[in-house]
Amino acid sequence: MSAAHGSYYLPNPSPWPVITSAGLFGLALGTVLAINGVAVGPWLMAIGGALIVYMMFRWFGQVVGESEGGQYNAQVDVSFRLGMGWFIFSEVMFFAAFFGALFYARQFAVPWLGETELLWPGFDASWPTAGPAGASFTPMGAWGIPALNTLILLTSGATVTWAHWGLLKDNRAQLVVGLILTVALGITFLALQAYEYVHAYTELGLTLKAGVYGATFFMLTGFHGFHVTMGTIMLMVILVRSIKGHFKPDHHFAFEGVAWYWHFVDVVWLGLFIFVYWL
Amino acid sequence: MASAHHDEHPTGLSRWLFTTNHKDIGTLYLLFALLMFFVGGAMALVIRAELFQPGLQIVDPHFFNQMTTMHALIMIFGVVMPAFVGFANWQLPMMIGAPDMALPRMNNWSFWILPFAFTLLLSSLFAPGGGPAAGWTLYAPLSVREGMAVDFTILSIHMMGISSVLGAINIIATVLNMRAPGMNLMKMPLFVWTWLITAFLLIAVMPVLAGAVTMLLTDRHFGTHFFDAAGGGDPVMYQHIFWFFGHPEVYILILPAFGLVSQIIPTFARKPLFGYDSMVYATASIAFLSFIVWAHHMFTVGMPTAGELFFMYATMLIAVPTGVKVFNWVATMWRGSMSFETPMLFAVAFVFLFTIGGLSGLMLAIVPADFQYHDTYFVVAHFHYVLVTGAILAIMGGAYYWLPKWTGHMYNETLGKWHFWLTVIGMNVTFFPQHFLGLAGMPRRIPDYALQFTEFNQWSTIGAFLLGFSQILLVIVVVQTIRGGKKAANKVWEGAEGLEWTLSSPPPYHSFATAPKIK
Amino acid sequence: MSIVKPRRVWQSRAMVAGLAGVPLMLSSGLALAAYGLNLQPPVTPTAWDILGLHNLIMIVCLVIFVVVFSFMFYSVFAHRKSRGAKPAKFHESTTVEILWTAIPFLILVTMAIPSTRVLLKMDDTETDAELVVKITGYQWKWQYEYLDHDLSYFSNLSTPRDQIENKAEKGEHYLLEVDNPLVLPVGKKVRFLLTANDVIHAWWVPQLGVKKDAIPGFINEMWTRIDEPGTYRGQCAELCGKDHGFMPIVVEAVSDDEFNKWVNVRKTEMVAAAAAADKQWTKAELIARGEKVYQQCVACHGAAGLGVPGVFPALKGGAIATGPVAGHIDIVVKGKPGTAMQAFGAQMNDADLAAVITYERNAFGNNTGDVVQPSDVKARR
Ligand code: HEA
Ligand code: HEA
Ligand code: CUA
Ligand SMILES: [Cu+2]
Repeated sequence: MSAAHGSYYLPNPSPWPVITSAGLFGLALGTVLAINGVAVGPWLMAIGGALIVYMMFRWFGQVVGESEGGQYNAQVDVSFRLGMGWFIFSEVMFFAAFFGALFYARQFAVPWLGETELLWPGFDASWPTAGPAGASFTPMGAWGIPALNTLILLTSGATVTWAHWGLLKDNRAQLVVGLILTVALGITFLALQAYEYVHAYTELGLTLKAGVYGATFFMLTGFHGFHVTMGTIMLMVILVRSIKGHFKPDHHFAFEGVAWYWHFVDVVWLGLFIFVYWL
Repeated sequence: MASAHHDEHPTGLSRWLFTTNHKDIGTLYLLFALLMFFVGGAMALVIRAELFQPGLQIVDPHFFNQMTTMHALIMIFGVVMPAFVGFANWQLPMMIGAPDMALPRMNNWSFWILPFAFTLLLSSLFAPGGGPAAGWTLYAPLSVREGMAVDFTILSIHMMGISSVLGAINIIATVLNMRAPGMNLMKMPLFVWTWLITAFLLIAVMPVLAGAVTMLLTDRHFGTHFFDAAGGGDPVMYQHIFWFFGHPEVYILILPAFGLVSQIIPTFARKPLFGYDSMVYATASIAFLSFIVWAHHMFTVGMPTAGELFFMYATMLIAVPTGVKVFNWVATMWRGSMSFETPMLFAVAFVFLFTIGGLSGLMLAIVPADFQYHDTYFVVAHFHYVLVTGAILAIMGGAYYWLPKWTGHMYNETLGKWHFWLTVIGMNVTFFPQHFLGLAGMPRRIPDYALQFTEFNQWSTIGAFLLGFSQILLVIVVVQTIRGGKKAANKVWEGAEGLEWTLSSPPPYHSFATAPKIK
Repeated sequence: MSIVKPRRVWQSRAMVAGLAGVPLMLSSGLALAAYGLNLQPPVTPTAWDILGLHNLIMIVCLVIFVVVFSFMFYSVFAHRKSRGAKPAKFHESTTVEILWTAIPFLILVTMAIPSTRVLLKMDDTETDAELVVKITGYQWKWQYEYLDHDLSYFSNLSTPRDQIENKAEKGEHYLLEVDNPLVLPVGKKVRFLLTANDVIHAWWVPQLGVKKDAIPGFINEMWTRIDEPGTYRGQCAELCGKDHGFMPIVVEAVSDDEFNKWVNVRKTEMVAAAAAADKQWTKAELIARGEKVYQQCVACHGAAGLGVPGVFPALKGGAIATGPVAGHIDIVVKGKPGTAMQAFGAQMNDADLAAVITYERNAFGNNTGDVVQPSDVKARR
């Protein structure tokens, strides 16, 4: 149990963070060993990963318990909001690194290579390219599945907002239905992405190894897909909590945090659609 | 404290492992930094010992490169950054009148990632082929071709990144949300301001570093061609992304130091800080400019002339807000009533010596001149002046300044002064001759050198050992002060201003359980 | 001998000379002697410009430094509590704050102007080059290709291993000497095309005032025009792995005539070397020659063929050096991509390759007894 001090909320000592750190260590060391072909690597990764997931359950479980137990005052709520907001900003900067790479490769590196006759005679520096020594591939068109996916994600942004309105009006049915729709759209998006990846690998010759286009394409869409997956899981959590009757019209930081995250994933996709698929 | 009996206070090891208390976490950060200072310093001593004479004496070139790389990574990510976070943890809640940090459990997590991350990094020394040897900048394609140590490094950088971002988020949340009523932004002590801005820089650039090393990882193991011309990539692209992180990073390593010095000087000049507002604006301008100067580390990669000119002008501009800070410190001392206890000695030395580093930085910014300086010991001299006689001196000064508050005991002033003088002399003997080495043409990152560089290298090595072994005094002072000594008053220093001095020494477990009144 | 005087040379030289006389904080002043306290003596217009610029900005910085800290130290001595100083109350002054923002800004502008001028001059691509040299960085040596003369060769560190390992006394040009220097004619504009074969290197000769990165897959350009004949030494200036400290650069600047003579001699040597490849060699000849060539392999595989465990494979008893001959020839000729093992086929002639392979198969106790002839190497190219 935690104690409130005057008007402040201060949690008690907690074992979760340090154990999570140990899990992180297992995951990181396991990854290093695994990619270098050391047999224990994958096992270590699995153990570390499992530890992290388990701790997340316990840690977040405790937070949810404290929140529903009415221990959090308005100040804590603001702290959480600031935390989530700045966390999303850090994610934006992570994507910025890869968008930057795409921009640089396209605007500078590839055209310069095209001018470097002495080393790469006859290289046609038009985008998209797998580079002067890369194999040929077919780039991913924008107006098939990607356009559909854009529509799906934009719709999911609307449904999550609609669910939020439901919550604000204390209309629980609207809240739950809205979230179910959002989760369903998220899963559809992921399924289509998976289909598209298979298509790219098996039919287009577009792989992670297809030069700088393949690298930026898969790293950007891949990390985005990973974030959609995380977002969908988070949506599922708040869906379950909504069904259980959690959240009040004036007290539902977790819901808003997830919704912000979902909008962020949405905006990143728009960037992807424009710069990776379309232009 | 009405509900103090609700508190759990585990003792022994679990106190430190599970703590959510800002002071305990601050202590952990500071002790971790001290430990790492010795590890990173020992590596520096290996470097300096090898460079004492021409010829290969002690280590082989490959191991030398590992030492250079690890030394820098440890000093930056394991010493200076954690030390600043330690100060932030101890001081921010006390300075803004809060009971603790805004997100205490996450605070614990930010710290406890670090020992694991550095275990990972250090264990790479035992990987086949030894530790990372591509320099702390890990330039592709060298780092792409090296052994598995680079993977250890990449993953440990990911962990350090998580730790820093979480720590920074916590600091922003604390400063923006936990201030006592009446403590408006423009009343905050300058250390709080500099940390607020530093936290913003951290959140903005640590993820970019994570992205850069992730691309390295996929280039190494998953066949991507980000940094390989054959696939349409570019090794120079790595440098752009790295330095987009790297330059703001160097201000992450100095802004909190500016904050510390801005606390210390007014206290011992017994006069309020001159130009508080302009200090805040200058800090913000430095942070802003830091995002548009990164390519001054890459003047020799063959950028278009327009690019070089832009980055030169932008870099030069940083001298203006930094100058404002230096002038403000001098003006604070001007017509004050100064006394020179150990913290003040460190602060004055900081102002003087940091400026040497800043001015050599300005010289490096001049593109044609940088063609001669780049990748020589002139650069090594520059950044050790800003980092060692800058950041490290400020950290030591800050430690002396607040140690009585934290422990409740006065430190030994005589030992403190000895520590100061030996340290400052050691630093200058180590790093001043490196300017001449660089100008005379000695490249950096080499284990062996031509004969004409011998003499200055010997000075530098002698200085380094003096500097290194003087740090044993620091440990003695700290241990003595923790264990006992003259009782410290609440207001330890006659001229001290600020909320932390209204609390007892040592302060209560939850600094301000009820918000103080701000005049 | 034609030495082209740089334009505006009076200006930079006068400036340099003038400023050198300024008494400085540095006790010995700005010694212009070789390897003194300042940059090395320039021998090109660019290097003169840089030295002038360097001296200018250094003096400006020193003056600022002295002014600022004379205030501070005056205050430190005069405004002490122990001397009875009472603290003043002021804590801002808009006037001085504006002044100390504006004055540094103006100082910076005056520094930026000459810097910009020098930079633009350095990037001059209008005047045509009279000689083009392509420079390629390898781990850890340089290749020079005279594109107009169809001439190309490698330049390796020539300091004996014994000196590095402190078993012999170090020579005057310890670590700054090579087997084949880059020979350039004096007074001509030489254009360099820089690239690298493996990782990034940087080609730097301080006295010429040129430094630029050699980047694999890209070409960087720069130019120089040397005023005075002489030998100028520099080093690789970008960390490029284990022997980054051991890949020096030596430039031999000679008169036009000498340069042309040198080109002819070089070419005849290349023809002779090609002819040597066709004859049959004895085992002793191959081993003797191979031992010399092996100096280029020592950096990684070690003088005793032990390598560096986990990084560079051992040759002593190694799978390749004692395995099938064909495999051994292949790895030396074609290299191993992604590692420091280069395709030496592109760097050495058949005779050298045959010699070094024979040496490796018979040295370090490998005693396979195999003899590899240049013709064997040729067959597997
Ligand atoms: C704490 C860290 C720190 C700080 C604060 C700085 C501050 C500055 N640095 Fe430094 N720098 C590093 C850490 C830091 N640097 C590191 C680690 C590297 C090497 C990285 C690597 O390659 O490994 C580096 C390298 C580096 C380079 C690249 C050199 C090269 O590799 O070729 C350059 C080039 O422009 C540069 C410039 C500057 C400038 C202009 C400042 C300015 O901020 C300085 C401003 C301060 C002053 C100018 C003094 C005070 C001002 C006055 C008294 C006012 C009056 C002055 C005038 C009007 C002139 N730095
Ligand atoms: C905050 C950062 C920081 C700090 C504090 C330092 C501190 C020191 N540095 Fe470092 N340094 C860097 C950042 C830093 N450095 C960076 C970024 C590089 C560039 C790396 C690269 O090129 O990639 C670098 C590179 C670098 C080089 C160039 C290496 C090369 O180019 O090959 C040298 C050489 O002299 C050097 C020396 C020193 C010394 C003597 C100290 C001293 O201040 C250290 C003080 C010494 C001690 C504190 C020793 C204490 C130990 C004992 C007393 C022994 C007992 C030991 C145990 C009990 C374990 N450093
Ligand atoms: Cu080649 Cu350093
Ligand atoms: Cu910088």
